[in-house]
Amino acid sequence: MSDTVVSASPRLRWQCRRGMRELDELLQTFLERGYSQLNDTQRMTFERLLTTQDNLLLEYFMGRSAPKDLDTADVVAKIRHAACP
Amino acid sequence: MTMMKLARRKFDTLVIGAGGGGLRSAMQLAQADANVAVVSKVFPTRSHTVAAQGGMNAALANVVPDNWHWHMYDTVKGSDYLGDQDAIEYMCRAASHLVVELEHAGVPFSRLDNGKIYQRPFGGQSQDFGGAQAARTCAAADRTGHAILHSLYQQNIRAKTHFFDEYFAIDLVKDSDGYILGAVVLEIETGEPLLIEAKTTLLATGGVGQLFRTNTNAHINTGDGIAMALRAGIPVQDMEFFQFHPTGIAGKGMLITEGVRGEGGYLVNKDGERFMERYAPQAKDLASRDVVSRAIAVEVREGRGCGPNADYVMLKLEHLGAEVIKKRLPGIRDMAMTFIGVDPIEEPIPVFPTAHYTMGGIPTNRHGQVVVPLGEGAEEPIPGLYAVGECACVSVHGANRLGGNSLLDIVVFGRAAGNHIIEYLTENRHHRPLDEGSVDNALARIARWEQDGEGESVDVLRQELQRVMEENCSVFRSEEILAEGVVKVQALAGRLQNARLKDQSKVFNTARIEAFELENLMALGLATVQSALARKESRGAHSRVDYPDRDDERWMKHSLYYEDGRVDYKPVRTKPLTVDTFPPKARVY
Repeated sequence: MSDTVVSASPRLRWQCRRGMRELDELLQTFLERGYSQLNDTQRMTFERLLTTQDNLLLEYFMGRSAPKDLDTADVVAKIRHAACP
Repeated sequence: MTMMKLARRKFDTLVIGAGGGGLRSAMQLAQADANVAVVSKVFPTRSHTVAAQGGMNAALANVVPDNWHWHMYDTVKGSDYLGDQDAIEYMCRAASHLVVELEHAGVPFSRLDNGKIYQRPFGGQSQDFGGAQAARTCAAADRTGHAILHSLYQQNIRAKTHFFDEYFAIDLVKDSDGYILGAVVLEIETGEPLLIEAKTTLLATGGVGQLFRTNTNAHINTGDGIAMALRAGIPVQDMEFFQFHPTGIAGKGMLITEGVRGEGGYLVNKDGERFMERYAPQAKDLASRDVVSRAIAVEVREGRGCGPNADYVMLKLEHLGAEVIKKRLPGIRDMAMTFIGVDPIEEPIPVFPTAHYTMGGIPTNRHGQVVVPLGEGAEEPIPGLYAVGECACVSVHGANRLGGNSLLDIVVFGRAAGNHIIEYLTENRHHRPLDEGSVDNALARIARWEQDGEGESVDVLRQELQRVMEENCSVFRSEEILAEGVVKVQALAGRLQNARLKDQSKVFNTARIEAFELENLMALGLATVQSALARKESRGAHSRVDYPDRDDERWMKHSLYYEDGRVDYKPVRTKPLTVDTFPPKARVY
């Protein structure tokens, strides 16, 4: 975990603007409540996750399917948790 | 920034917006070897088309007998007779061909066992002009919008469409003869403006769901293209018609489908009363969308709402039992648990009507050309300007859109506009001289946000606008409420003049983009509430408690709102292309 609190860059915030209300809600809540607690590796995983297509992201966030990669699955769990702590 | 230093690019066609409508047009043009630019404020496949799950109507008759003329009847009736029947005939006739074309472009439509394209029944669909339920909606599982958007994007990449990803369109450029010459756009990454000159410009920027606090739309749906047209002197049509869904998750907006009430779920107020029994003694919770929406709004207005602010009602499912909920409503349970931490097996879901679809928009004809009134009844196209999809008002949806007709609208008129632009380009081979004054005006809009000092907050104003629109211009409308809404939105528009940005940086300054979006929302908020105040009848999605009936004699006409606040009207096009007119009758299902 980094020593300093790092908030999301404006670029990353814009990447969280998606085509679905559901994704906007979850990702923006996560930026406010969860992102600063990620370590550097998790932040990179989060950035990679944002390149996922919207419909698959929704599947992950609704718990209907899970990413195969465990690190990504862990970040997805954090996003779900931030929505409803 | 002066015009001299402004970076410039030139294209045959500039498409603003990369949803299904914009990409369908761009594909048509690029495949015809036109030089096409697509500007999108987000990565194209993150456009709101991706959220359309239901499907696309076409009378293929793969499941039950069907034909385009029945589809046309349903669409005219669904529009509450405000739809233009020439455009509706054109759309319904083209639908089957467009489904096949999309499949060839790569959309994996779901199949029947006999190999034909699967079609599902949707509300408002009938056989034989109001007879038995039709099955007309083609779907690619529950990802139809996603499949269409991705297929069209890939086709555009193949056809070498030039994408400007993460560029925000500021304003159209026009000359003194009224020709549209392209647009000034802003590269979000650098914050630098760019002038894109084009012989033709197509607006395909989607709807304006972000006008309302509770809505189903992505945050990007801020009506940018509609507001740009308004600023370019074009009136916007039928903005008072906004489709609401009765049950969105309160305070969030996500849709809870009617299926929940179909399975036996019901609504209660803070006293635990099943209040729909008072509003619709027979149908109760299964009454039509507008009746249920208005009942919820009345309960909240009269102080019977739930929660700390008494601003929602509850949707109860617990009585259905865990087994039924898990088996028949698993998606709804996922949604409630994910977004509000409520397991509907144990607790009710807080709900409120949620804004869903913008029926109004930029007036166009069936070729996608933007048209403006010219004297008595006649219209003339704005040379070089086109609009398609939710930002346009062609008008196939009239006062109320049918499920499955929005994806159809974007591909039918995306293609039609593409074809018309190809013709236009053969007759207009050269770029017209640039109008520098028009470019300067667009640059001045950017410079306005560079003013220093203390001022109003963009975030606060947006939230206040969304709250006023929800309280004064959503499903519960009367003269008094709407007139108050006009005053409130005008006051907010006044305060917007004094808004300032704290951060004046250019690189990826998204607060600046949100300021431009707020300007667009504010202009369209005024358009919506003023048009709603002016229309003294109830028709489709526009429901007035003080004028509860449809009044065809005085109000079967389209409204046109101008930037100066004037509201004018134009006739509905009741004459189809080849068949007889469907005259207005009571809309009973």
